[in-house]
Amino acid sequence: MATRYFGQPIKRNEDPRLLRGRGLYVDDVQLPGMLHMALVRSPYARARIRRIDTSKALAAPGVVAVITHADLPANLQGPLPPLIPHPTLKHHKTQFALAPGQVRHAGEAVAAVVAESRYAAEDAAELVEVEYEPLPAVVDMEKALEPGSPLVHEDIGTNVAAHYTQVVGDVEKAFAEADLVFEEVFRPDRGQAQPMETRGVVAVYDRNLETLTIWDSTQAPIRIRSGLAELYGMRANQVRVIAPNVGGGFGPKIMMFYPEEVLVPWLAMKLGRPVKYIEDRREHFFATNQERDQVHRVQVAVRKDGTILGIKDVFLYDTGAYIPYGLIIPIVASCTLPGPYKIPNYHAEFKAVFTNKTICSPYRGAGRPHGVFVMERIINRIAEELGIDRVEVRRRNLIQPDEFPYDVGLIYQDNAPLRYDSGNYPGLLDKLLKLIEYDQWPARKEQYRKEGRYVGLGLALYVEGTGVGPYEGARVHVEPSGKVWVATGVGTQGQSHQTTFAQIVAEELGVRVEDVEVVTGDTGAFHWGTGTFASRAAVVAGNAVALAARDVKAKALEVAANLLEASVEDLELADGQVRVKGAPQRAVSLGQVAVAANPLRGTIPPGQEPGLEAARYFNPPQSAFSAGGHAAIIEVDPATGMIKILKYAVVHDCGRLINPMVVEGQIHGGVAQGIGGSFYERLVFDENGQLLTTTFMDFLIPTAMEVPDIVIDHQETPSPLNPLGVKGAGEAGVIPVPALFVDAIEDAFSGYGLRFREVPLDPNRLRQALAEAGVPGAGSTAA
Amino acid sequence: MLPESSRHRIRVTVNGQVYEREVEARLLLSDFLRYELGLTGTHVGCEHGVCGACTVQLDGQPVRSCLMFAVQADGREIRTVEGLAPDEERLHPIQEAFWEAHGLQCGFCTPGFLMTVEAFLRENPDPTDEEIREAISGNLCRCTGYVNIIKAVRLAAEKLRAGR
Amino acid sequence: MKPPRFRYFAPTSVDEAVELLSTHADAAKVLAGGQSLVPMLNLRLARPEVLVDINRIESLSYLRVEDGHLAVGALARHRMVEKAPEVAARVPVLQEAVRHVGHVQIRNRGTVTGSIVHADPSAEMPAVLALLDGSVRVVGPSGTRDIPWQELFLTYFTTTLGPDELAVETRFPLPPAGAGWSFMEVARRHGDFALVAVAALVTADETGRVKEARLSLAGVGGTPVRPERAEALLAGQALEDDVLAAVADAVREAIEPESDIHASAEYRRHVAGVLAGRALRAAMERARRGGEG
Repeated sequence: MATRYFGQPIKRNEDPRLLRGRGLYVDDVQLPGMLHMALVRSPYARARIRRIDTSKALAAPGVVAVITHADLPANLQGPLPPLIPHPTLKHHKTQFALAPGQVRHAGEAVAAVVAESRYAAEDAAELVEVEYEPLPAVVDMEKALEPGSPLVHEDIGTNVAAHYTQVVGDVEKAFAEADLVFEEVFRPDRGQAQPMETRGVVAVYDRNLETLTIWDSTQAPIRIRSGLAELYGMRANQVRVIAPNVGGGFGPKIMMFYPEEVLVPWLAMKLGRPVKYIEDRREHFFATNQERDQVHRVQVAVRKDGTILGIKDVFLYDTGAYIPYGLIIPIVASCTLPGPYKIPNYHAEFKAVFTNKTICSPYRGAGRPHGVFVMERIINRIAEELGIDRVEVRRRNLIQPDEFPYDVGLIYQDNAPLRYDSGNYPGLLDKLLKLIEYDQWPARKEQYRKEGRYVGLGLALYVEGTGVGPYEGARVHVEPSGKVWVATGVGTQGQSHQTTFAQIVAEELGVRVEDVEVVTGDTGAFHWGTGTFASRAAVVAGNAVALAARDVKAKALEVAANLLEASVEDLELADGQVRVKGAPQRAVSLGQVAVAANPLRGTIPPGQEPGLEAARYFNPPQSAFSAGGHAAIIEVDPATGMIKILKYAVVHDCGRLINPMVVEGQIHGGVAQGIGGSFYERLVFDENGQLLTTTFMDFLIPTAMEVPDIVIDHQETPSPLNPLGVKGAGEAGVIPVPALFVDAIEDAFSGYGLRFREVPLDPNRLRQALAEAGVPGAGSTAA
Repeated sequence: MLPESSRHRIRVTVNGQVYEREVEARLLLSDFLRYELGLTGTHVGCEHGVCGACTVQLDGQPVRSCLMFAVQADGREIRTVEGLAPDEERLHPIQEAFWEAHGLQCGFCTPGFLMTVEAFLRENPDPTDEEIREAISGNLCRCTGYVNIIKAVRLAAEKLRAGR
Repeated sequence: MKPPRFRYFAPTSVDEAVELLSTHADAAKVLAGGQSLVPMLNLRLARPEVLVDINRIESLSYLRVEDGHLAVGALARHRMVEKAPEVAARVPVLQEAVRHVGHVQIRNRGTVTGSIVHADPSAEMPAVLALLDGSVRVVGPSGTRDIPWQELFLTYFTTTLGPDELAVETRFPLPPAGAGWSFMEVARRHGDFALVAVAALVTADETGRVKEARLSLAGVGGTPVRPERAEALLAGQALEDDVLAAVADAVREAIEPESDIHASAEYRRHVAGVLAGRALRAAMERARRGGEG
């Protein structure tokens, strides 16, 4: 089916405004009389608060209020609402708007200062005197399980928040029957999304309209709105939340509520003036959620031909001091592990563990990178142990194209069965091998070695559950001018929704993409929805947009049929008109149709709703499953442990593509974050729970010099689960990177018996490992 | 209790327009542009001189506005992203190139890149890819992975050389 | 993160600046490029009550070759040094090193002298000053003095500059004509501070042996280091593997690196030896070509 707009690499609608510097991000909102908030944060990871003296702060110039926990109304003093319950989440402990007498992680908010400027607020924040009684903190998730460990939440007597096991088949039988059984322990470490825009909230209460308007850099404006309305005891339609332009989300901005989201609107109402809070970068390091640390203990049962009989993965998930977001990350990790492979017997068991560190919640990948890291490391170990080529091991275990839908046997994060809808994994692997010229690799590698260079090729495959429910909705509305206006509840943090959703509508209604205006993330425009996360917006909201557009199309044809005295079958929508096929002079503009559908007088048919408008919802029955493979060629200097990525290739399958340019951009960005998380970025805590990496001087985000060119090829296996046949793409770029990174480095030093079980690596640890393995030039291991 | 804070009258030219204001000495140039003058196109990402989102041009050279005080701009000329496009109808060729090459996603880092690139291409109108990477290595982007930004700069160089 | 309160002065002459510094002494800090100071102010890690901004002292913005030196005025930005033909021609090792300082936005404001008196031992400029046996000229209430680099750097971020003294110029003695040079750095990302950096200067005789060699290291202790014993080992030698191995050992013994979150002491020690060998080889190559390239 030929398409005009859908599937085309169309230039973005949103760009001219953003390029001119006319985007509106939360910090760009300026209101008369606006006050600024700064927070006093705990320097200790665990401590009791003995006393807080705010008198000096209150007397400082420009200060309007200083608030501690005791000053909060009763409805804001307790733990903030838990988000995603689970039957095994026994202790669903959540964070507070301000710390209630004790702090559980460094950076936890203890007091709020409101002043005429952020400068003055910071001055006053330093004058708030807090008397802490520091307590021993528990920082390591394995130590948190030891008897006698400090308890993050004393009232529950344990640091285990949840213990959940999913079982497929009989893994003990698999071990008994296996030709080879081996064990591994893997330790991916903590990282952070670090979007270029930190978090921010602005709120203003209008006493005349009795409405609260909030600008919030959130990925979930609708849920923030309903949640806050409930918290403040207001009607939902008294609260409007706008997520304007958001400078990157990547996960942590979906978490709710951050203390500031609760404090700022309340302060605006209490003080009768608009209040703004913009998180600064240093605060962002410990006040915005983190992710990525887990410890996996895996046992694998294999037949001698390399096919996998069973896997038992028992792992720990470090959730930080609280667990508002529930068990999504570890559930996703365990559900992503099987990947494109047939794992007939699988035991996935995890404990979610409290530690005195910043809260964890999803960061791009949300556990998928962990599942892939474990699985791909297992594949490589199998290849090594049995002397079978690593690609061949993969081939022998892949799910075949005629085996869809494929039931993995698990329950996914949406409580629906983990059932892959469509895919072609062997085809994907073949494309990837071709792109990276895998057949020439042995000869090339030998040539490099002859030149004294250590260069390795790494690869990794994954399957990604995307497009989870529960639902999203959209309204499509045609104006008398003929322009089309779309509203949907998801927010946008760079995913090009103003263009991709416009492409969907343009395709259905025969209008130009630039004549479709898309509003996202404003509860005033659309108020039912969940949010932008888990690679779901294009799938769920996109399909809602399509369904609404199709309804509008059907109505337009009906109304136009009346106007043109033709029958619906003889009409088509094109160039902003409804016209008779083959007789284009018999036409009405879409705008005229919109006017006709909403007459000032007269009658309209019973049951017909006015205007050329429709609102529809899409409720996915389960996830749609994207898949991909990445491969990279990486050179390592053993003397310094420094690396250079010589080539990076991606084959990606997210079903039908709405805009290939947008999808590729998402992949580029994900790969860059993956590279960052493999070799440059790491959050380092000391044994007291102090975060040592609190600036961009310590947490190293890759620059244009560290990210190579990325070559992408596509495969499209449409999803049968939604009208558009699309699957999600937002997280794909980051998911397999750590796995292929260590694979490439091991390959570069094949023969030296290197095996990496931790990420991120860095030149320091890499050089050390090479020296220990006796690689020439890596030096000694003596201190 | 708190140390003294001095205030100063300054006269700054921004995008060709002269502004006279009285400011606290410690007011950062980035905050001056954004709050005092309402030019919110320049964004603040880190306030410690690494991310480059706040890049503006001082006398034609890209600098980090979060590392300067407004008082230091007294008598100087600043150019921000708002001063790039010739008018409401047309974009600067570099802006056009970023648009065509999908060189932005969330747009937060983009103004900083544009100001860096505009100065760079003035100095080096026919750069290699390696030179482009180096020139933009002082600006961080978390969305694009830089691939399309490099494409955009290449395209921009072409457009500028062709006199468009 | 907003800076704390301070009083701000922008003198237009060196005398005015020195007077302000003597009046306010320890309560004052000098603001030149600001690329190191302002982040510390924004993070509230530095809280000077008085800021003396020297950017209006136009007489300090110069760069010239005189009496066998390259004299770099206190307001000469990194970028000026990077682009100056005199530097490329007479002190190419300085030009190469300056290219490693941060990124272009930093080099447009930051100054060479400012970097030197900031005395971060991981920075490039102090290492080059040490390589060339340079000095810093300072002006105080009691007059002008030149401080040789060995007397200038005390330890991390600490120099012997008095609180009432203003550094007005950095003086780099010109390297011998035809000397080969090289500057190499290992950093986590392009533009970051060095984990380890080595600058080398080599003059060779007609047989390709070393006449004189100098090495200077950054990132290996509280100050830049000139490993004297390593330099002595090179005199009269050809750069064979065994010589370079001995030099690497001598370099490693001459340094006291510390561990931090980016690199361990052991890593720095190992890499210092590696880079020294690589830098010497590259410098010798250039020496053979008469200092070109």
